Amino acid sequence: MSDKGQFTVVGQPLPKIDAWAKVTGETRYADDLVLPRMAHGKLLRSSHAHARIRGIDTTRARALPGVYAVITGADLPRVKFGILPVSQDEEALCTEKVRMVGDAVAAVAAVDEATAEAACRLIAVDYEALPALMSIQESLAHPDVRIHEYGDGPNVHKNVALQFGDVEQAFTASHLVREDVFFFEGNTHLPMEQHAAVAHFGPDGKLTLWSSTQTPHYVHRLLPRILDLPGAHIRVIAAPVGGGFGGKLDPFAHEIAACKLSQLTGRPVKIACTREEVFYIHRGRHPVLMWMRTGFTKDGDITGCHLRTWLDGGAYGSYGVASTFYTGVINPVTYKIPVYKFEGARVFTNKPPCGPKRGHGTPQPRFALECQLDKAAEQLGLDPADLRKRILQPPFTKTANHLTVTTIGLGECIDKVVEASGWQDKRARFAVATVTPKPLWRQRKRKGIGLAGSAYMTGAGTAIYWNSMPHSGVIIRADRSGGVSILCGATDIGQGSDSILAYLPAEVLGIEPKDVHVHPADTSLTPVDLGSYSSRVTLMCGVAAIQAATRLRAAIGRAVAAKLQVAPGQIAFRERKVGVPDDWDRAVPFAQAVELGEAMHGVLAFPGSYAPPRRAGKYKGGGVGPSPCYSYSACVVELTVDEDTGWIELDDVWIAHDVGRALNPLLVEGQVEGSVYMGIGEALMEGQVFRKGLHKHPSLLEYKSPTTLETPPIHTFLVETDDPEGPFGAKEAGQGPLLPVIPAIANAVYHAIGVRMDQVPITPDMVLRGLELKRQGKPARIGPGTLPLFTFKEPLAVESAFGQPADAIAVRPFADPTA
Amino acid sequence: MKTRVNLNINGESRDLLVPVHKTLLEVLREDLGLIGTKHGCELGECGTCTVLIDGAPTLSCLALPADHEGPVITTVEGLACAGELHPLQRAFAELGAAQCGYCTPGILLTARALLADEPQPPRQRIREALAGNLCRCTGYTKILDAVELAALRMAQAGGRT
Repeated sequence: MSDKGQFTVVGQPLPKIDAWAKVTGETRYADDLVLPRMAHGKLLRSSHAHARIRGIDTTRARALPGVYAVITGADLPRVKFGILPVSQDEEALCTEKVRMVGDAVAAVAAVDEATAEAACRLIAVDYEALPALMSIQESLAHPDVRIHEYGDGPNVHKNVALQFGDVEQAFTASHLVREDVFFFEGNTHLPMEQHAAVAHFGPDGKLTLWSSTQTPHYVHRLLPRILDLPGAHIRVIAAPVGGGFGGKLDPFAHEIAACKLSQLTGRPVKIACTREEVFYIHRGRHPVLMWMRTGFTKDGDITGCHLRTWLDGGAYGSYGVASTFYTGVINPVTYKIPVYKFEGARVFTNKPPCGPKRGHGTPQPRFALECQLDKAAEQLGLDPADLRKRILQPPFTKTANHLTVTTIGLGECIDKVVEASGWQDKRARFAVATVTPKPLWRQRKRKGIGLAGSAYMTGAGTAIYWNSMPHSGVIIRADRSGGVSILCGATDIGQGSDSILAYLPAEVLGIEPKDVHVHPADTSLTPVDLGSYSSRVTLMCGVAAIQAATRLRAAIGRAVAAKLQVAPGQIAFRERKVGVPDDWDRAVPFAQAVELGEAMHGVLAFPGSYAPPRRAGKYKGGGVGPSPCYSYSACVVELTVDEDTGWIELDDVWIAHDVGRALNPLLVEGQVEGSVYMGIGEALMEGQVFRKGLHKHPSLLEYKSPTTLETPPIHTFLVETDDPEGPFGAKEAGQGPLLPVIPAIANAVYHAIGVRMDQVPITPDMVLRGLELKRQGKPARIGPGTLPLFTFKEPLAVESAFGQPADAIAVRPFADPTA
Repeated sequence: MKTRVNLNINGESRDLLVPVHKTLLEVLREDLGLIGTKHGCELGECGTCTVLIDGAPTLSCLALPADHEGPVITTVEGLACAGELHPLQRAFAELGAAQCGYCTPGILLTARALLADEPQPPRQRIREALAGNLCRCTGYTKILDAVELAALRMAQAGGRT
């Protein structure tokens, strides 16, 4: 950063620091690791959706030549675990009961994978089948069949009810009250890399685990209890992750089994999951049923909103308590909602557990709200873009549910996509285009255009376990060569977090990103970063890295100032030199400046720490939802619907994203484009669906995801709002831009054919059914009809904080007042 | 049962003794240490394990080494020439076309086959050629941009493929 406050590295479209390894095939993912004497492991997984285990006989498997060890749950400490302290309900290898097809019951280590697989087939498990509950309705209708013994009721994992002001009164005073029911089908992350882990229990009694994980810290934190080993003797190293999207955020059975098998065999053990296994172990998008009631004035102002959500949680808790809150708490940060009520319930079913997938719990209610706004706009005779712009949440204010909004670029985002897409013209033109009678062999196609807005967190304001420590830590060390090392526990899952950790110190120190070496997450070496989730990494690691680099800069600056006999305040860092701008000829090369610094201060190593501002609402549940700042997105989709086949073809997508500041516009665009793509998949084809306890299509061929042919041109616009909470003003980009795509598609389909799609994915048969309803003169809507019979608990009544001014902006623990 | 095979990989002749049922993907990764070739499904569904056999994109998870003795097999490790990156590799790195990077080797090789066949393909043609390679990170946009950039640079440099 120059003395004029202009950036040299920030804002440049630089290649990622790991790009070169990735384009040459040199990146070593977890399954690429090979160690001497390494054994190969395999898990035996349940073929029952719900069954009691009467016994497991491993005799024949143990006798197979080439088998080193066979374990069951009896070989592990009898403790249950789970990523959230409130949901400790998992076993690596089930001992009493299996709750889904795919639950692991035994593990084998053998000379090769084929032998391990053959041994698994020789393990006899005596199951007593129990009724499998495969939907929210089934689980609620059978309280006698309990999937777990804990929770907020029979088969109810979590029941949440919060009320911020009197919504009923607001509805009474409304010009229009809309009530709609929506369903969002579950889907899965589908990372191209299948999960893999290599464990090595060394002769020194210490364990090292390499894993494709997004949260090495949480894995490190849970393993001591699961394995009954001291945490100080366990080292977790995050291998480069070949796609995460939230799918590698939990501790998994294969990681734990690899550790135990290594301990028993004295060999390194690798377990690499198959693609089919990845479909079962997923912690993907929850299927969510939603009921939303919103009141409007005749001008389009929202008077109040009441949302009910039912989540199909699957067999285990995972992040589900957080997911449940997220279906309700983030919606209010976009538009003015003076009073708000949210009731949510997560129900256990005998399906793979759901958890965090890109957008974690928020794309579903966002879909509901943005579709409902589209309907309200039509009824009120307002343009959907104008309606949204009218009701934007004001910057630096609080929402009804006590979340603090800092900068908000949603209005500018809407302007960008409206202008670039030719919204007004197309809105009018497509609507009046009539289908002229055509011969049967000619296709009948209609065009439509739809819009939606959205918001997402830039990092969760609280950790998953209660503590007052930093959420992210960085250690910076300057070497006499002029190289700088960064140690940070963040994991690069492809989003480019390692690159951000190189760019920011390079900016502060006036050196090149190539001069910065970023060490991968390694719990024995790198300070804790909580993990790559909730879009927290750029902001939290970024601020910590800037703090560490600023401290290093100050130390070096003092030494160079002494050498040049000037005041430290005069010193600038740029072009790999340190000196006084007006006397740049005497500037010292950076390497020499480091030597001067080391001579003055000793070893040059400085920490940086970040913890979010403490702004959680003072009510039970107020800890889920607060974030240092929120990113905003707006999307316009233009599409063509074939009325004969029901096929929807996307023509163009315009997306604008308020990223605060684009630290590297190339990477931000990549995140935005990837989010749009993933939203398209969720809107039109992806569904994690089951039949008779089994996944209907656990394969890349039949689980449809968009290829190059289904992905339309994506036109990306970045909006910069320079948020006071972010590193150099930056917010997140990796998740938020997914959210508006799905409702924008549903709204565009309605614009094209006049059928409301209150359910995703929107498949061709839904289009055809909708058109048939329209022809019959019935309500042209496809979506859920009935709601589960379920009584939510009495809501916790909290006063609405809507419109209150924001406080404690950029006031946070560990912030160095001298930096 | 094992069989002796001779494979011509990235310009090197390699003699191997491998089980008859072992796929080319497994032999590349496990017997030859060419871990640049990745697996996404091992069922021929995702394109991740694509290698070139005599220049043609081939799913190594469905190929048996014994069927490919003789022809030139190219993996991602064979794409750079004498320490100089292929224009596709350079463009993919510069434009951010590799995010997690897991699908990248397969896509690079498929794109190279396309450009050998059609040095200046229109965007739709690139789309069609890459339709068998799944990528979950990029939304394909930067990948298409990078193939176009590489094609342009190769045309300017005289058509090296």
